[in-house]
Amino acid sequence: MRVYLNGEAREFSSPVTLAQLITELDLPPARIAVELNREVVRRNDWDATELRDDDRIEIVHFVGGGRS
Amino acid sequence: MKEKVLGESLIIAGRVFSSRLIIGTGKYRSYDEMRAAHTASGAEMVTVAVRRVPLDRSSESFLDHLDPALQILPNTAGCYSSEDAVRTARLAREALQTDLVKLEVIGDQTTLFPDNEQTLDAARILVKEGFVVLPYFNDDLIMAKKLLDVGCAGIMPLAAPIGSGLGIQNPANLRIMREQLPDATIIVDAGVGTASDAAIAMELGADGVLMNTAIAEAEDPGKMGAAMKLAIQAGRLAYQAGRMPKRLYASASSPLQGVIK
Repeated sequence: MRVYLNGEAREFSSPVTLAQLITELDLPPARIAVELNREVVRRNDWDATELRDDDRIEIVHFVGGGRS
Repeated sequence: MKEKVLGESLIIAGRVFSSRLIIGTGKYRSYDEMRAAHTASGAEMVTVAVRRVPLDRSSESFLDHLDPALQILPNTAGCYSSEDAVRTARLAREALQTDLVKLEVIGDQTTLFPDNEQTLDAARILVKEGFVVLPYFNDDLIMAKKLLDVGCAGIMPLAAPIGSGLGIQNPANLRIMREQLPDATIIVDAGVGTASDAAIAMELGADGVLMNTAIAEAEDPGKMGAAMKLAIQAGRLAYQAGRMPKRLYASASSPLQGVIK
């Protein structure tokens, strides 16, 4: 299975959920937000969301910035 | 909380702020310097940007470097379409559990001028989704009316290009906006370079000022933060006081009678 994570292709040999992906990436769950194929996935749904081939995942956090 | 003596507060969608200064979190030389500037400025709300997390390294959370008492105002900086701005706002709401958003849809990389049409589009969608929308836009009264009509909680006209520090380049337009929209919450966003610029924005009747570079790129951001705090307060008081009319010729302050001959 190949998914696109923040624009980069990633291969997985076995099924993986969003929650597992975030744990594997060692990201702080309370400080990030996740979009799957352009729709926000609520934190409570990460566990139940299994990734599928060709999924587009965006994981964002916050950075210093005033504007553009 | 602070400066109650200076009177009324800035109210945005029912949230009360005793400071009329909103500041950015970008371009500081260090987190310590940023925190010192935030404290000195007295600002109660700071704006942050949304970006992809880096996947090649573990990254600390930027939010942990902010005073937890600060209200965080996520922005859609860097978005060039209504669609991307809406997506960014939704992600920010999910992560921060706040419905506040500073909406920015940029139209051009050189000037960073806003794309008013895309901004209005995004504002309409976000308001429907329950966001408290504060849009950055060109200093245009008609656009301001349209943004308020679709339900924006306040409006953020620019005073000069983002990060330019040119000062208030459009005093007439800002004054017209104030006079024509007496009930709107108007926050001047972008263009302030130093304290007098902030005072001028407030004297023109702005309800608040949002700035980043003027503080972050000052030689001493802590001092500039403190200067901005005073300038905002001074400008607000002067606006409330009502300035004297300008005249071309002198008008003596002392009585004309009784001068020795």
